[in-house]
Amino acid sequence: MMKKILAKGYLWLLLALLYSPILIIMIFSFTEAKVLGNWTGFSTKLYSSLFSGGMHHSLMNAIWNTFVIALLAATISTALGSIAAIGIFNLRSKARAVMNFTNNIPIMNPDIITGVSLFLLFVSFGISQGFTTVVLAHIAFCTPYVVLSVMPRLRKMNPNIYEAALDLGATPFQALRKVILPEILPGMISGFILAFTLSIDDFAVTIFTIGNEGLETLSTYIYADARKGGLTPELRPLSTIIFVTVLVLLIVINKRAEKQQKE
Amino acid sequence: MQQSTYIIEVQNVSKYFGEKVALDNINLNVKKGEFVTILGPSGCGKTTLLRLIAGFQTASEGEIRIAGNEITQTPPHLRPVNTVFQKYALFPHLNVFDNIAFGLKLKKTPKQVIEKKVKSALKMVGMTDYEDRNVDSLSGGQQQRVAIARAIVNEPEVLLLDEPLAALDLKMRKDMQMELKEMHQKLGITFVYVTHDQEEALTLSDTIVVMSEGKIQQIGTPMDIYNEPINSFVADFIGESNILNGTMIKDEVVRFAGHEFECVDKGFGENAPVDVVIRPEDIYIFDPSDAAQLTGTVSSCIFKGVHFEMLVQTKEGYELMVQDYHAFEAGREVGLLVKPFDIHVMKKERTCNTFEGKMIDEQHVEFLGCEFECLPQTQFSAGDKVEVQIDFQNVILEDNEEDGRLTGEVKFILYKGNHYHLTVFTDWDEDIYVDTNDVWDDGDRVGITIAPEHIRLNKL
Repeated sequence: MMKKILAKGYLWLLLALLYSPILIIMIFSFTEAKVLGNWTGFSTKLYSSLFSGGMHHSLMNAIWNTFVIALLAATISTALGSIAAIGIFNLRSKARAVMNFTNNIPIMNPDIITGVSLFLLFVSFGISQGFTTVVLAHIAFCTPYVVLSVMPRLRKMNPNIYEAALDLGATPFQALRKVILPEILPGMISGFILAFTLSIDDFAVTIFTIGNEGLETLSTYIYADARKGGLTPELRPLSTIIFVTVLVLLIVINKRAEKQQKE
Repeated sequence: MQQSTYIIEVQNVSKYFGEKVALDNINLNVKKGEFVTILGPSGCGKTTLLRLIAGFQTASEGEIRIAGNEITQTPPHLRPVNTVFQKYALFPHLNVFDNIAFGLKLKKTPKQVIEKKVKSALKMVGMTDYEDRNVDSLSGGQQQRVAIARAIVNEPEVLLLDEPLAALDLKMRKDMQMELKEMHQKLGITFVYVTHDQEEALTLSDTIVVMSEGKIQQIGTPMDIYNEPINSFVADFIGESNILNGTMIKDEVVRFAGHEFECVDKGFGENAPVDVVIRPEDIYIFDPSDAAQLTGTVSSCIFKGVHFEMLVQTKEGYELMVQDYHAFEAGREVGLLVKPFDIHVMKKERTCNTFEGKMIDEQHVEFLGCEFECLPQTQFSAGDKVEVQIDFQNVILEDNEEDGRLTGEVKFILYKGNHYHLTVFTDWDEDIYVDTNDVWDDGDRVGITIAPEHIRLNKL
């Protein structure tokens, strides 16, 4: 009995440590106090001022930038990653192992290294940094994840179905579109969602490639804001919204994975 | 254009995968409306040949024509053939109707026509009313029926079937065999069927093509192939058989198992070494009497459902398999008799190993990529090219690969009544043939040694 209580208690302690910072922000997003930690009664004013806020023009800009960049990066890396996965899948086994390994290196690589090296790359090619470089950088680190999520679908696919499509009169392109694509689509969607969340979330790579033309994404905005002295109160409801969104996306990804396992 | 009587013509086709020869100079003509089966053990090249006809791979050499048109390099979607795959290869994201309509939709066939054709194709395979079913919800047999419907709905001139029944259980396979045969008669199109199951081949085909090691061994009707196998490989692969070494004494007299027998074959010349094939059901077995040509003792007797299968050890030391409706228990003395027309005599493909070699010095010769010691030679000088001959029984196989000069893998085992005839694929990519009393398994790695006195050298 005692053992059980201890075991449960340990689990709850861990969960509390992990989630208390987020919970605190969520709780204090429903009050008006300027300083975090002061409870001045329940209110949704911060939420409404976040959405109506003319005064937070730069914050709204940052949010907008973040989503546009994430959408672009996720779309392009899904396309690139899927094509790459098909290519890698059709290599001979030795070349395939090499390519799979190569694909995993950027995933293992610390973000800060990716960020610095991309920064150096853009500088050495004389590319002025801004929106385009951030999108390119995000594509670069998202694509390997798409490859990883498409690959299992290809492995599960009956290798003869592509040939069957050709046999029935489809050109290679038609066979790709009508047979291979529907087969790997679930993997592509998972890859897209993954890339999207990775892009929204990213700070290290973004800060090195964003340049100094005044472009801000959410992560760089919050960083700058925090350094200026204290967080803008509206960031609390914003964090809450982002957390909930990411949570929902994660649940969706997991449910999809579960469903695929069952198949 | 010249109208050919053949729907498929394969001429001098070879296919290489890197160094490996998958198909070696294949020539095959298929008549319109024929049911042709390509039969062989796994890795014999039968599937490669089918894939060349389908267009999934292209021939390294030679020419393939379908309906008189040269299509050797034509991509698969432009060929008038359709394929049924071993693992069905249905499109999992489409339902039964859309799977079958796939080819017709690509050809922009009008909707009403598609519906009519799909319905009649489903009827043909006995799957009426399954249009809206998800393909994953179907059993293996049903999936294969849909796969067949998907192929025949396009009205191909040739239907290619790559071991279509291999994944089904025995009962289902038997039913599907009969249905396929009926379908072939109804449709009147050419079927090219690939299988490793000899019984399936005998049941279904008009013509059987027996393949081994990338080569066609024999082409003929099922009756021809069964009754008149052209060599020991075909005899061994199709049905059960006793294969023995023999000598053709003169026309219509053959000696094997220590006795002379009357037979119906001639034209081999006198005292020619031959292989003798006797089907186990062609041997008469009875209590010892004057009628017996051979006498021996039954060493085992197994009930096989319809008949008993017995192994008889003859007095001369040969083991023969006999099938009969009556049981003769183990230990019993029996007499055996074979009628002349049941003795099938085949020319031996080879009587000893022959290689091309090169003299290193007086006592050493190089062949099969290795240096071997031989008896001192005066006839040849170093560097001379020579012909090397080694009798089958003089090749010694070793358990330990390190003990041999040369290493290889046992590839094909033939029981010859009183010894085994092995084909060993050496790591030098050439076969060496071995007669031995030891039991080896297919795929065993062996070391090979040859004593100096057993290496015969001849002028090239």
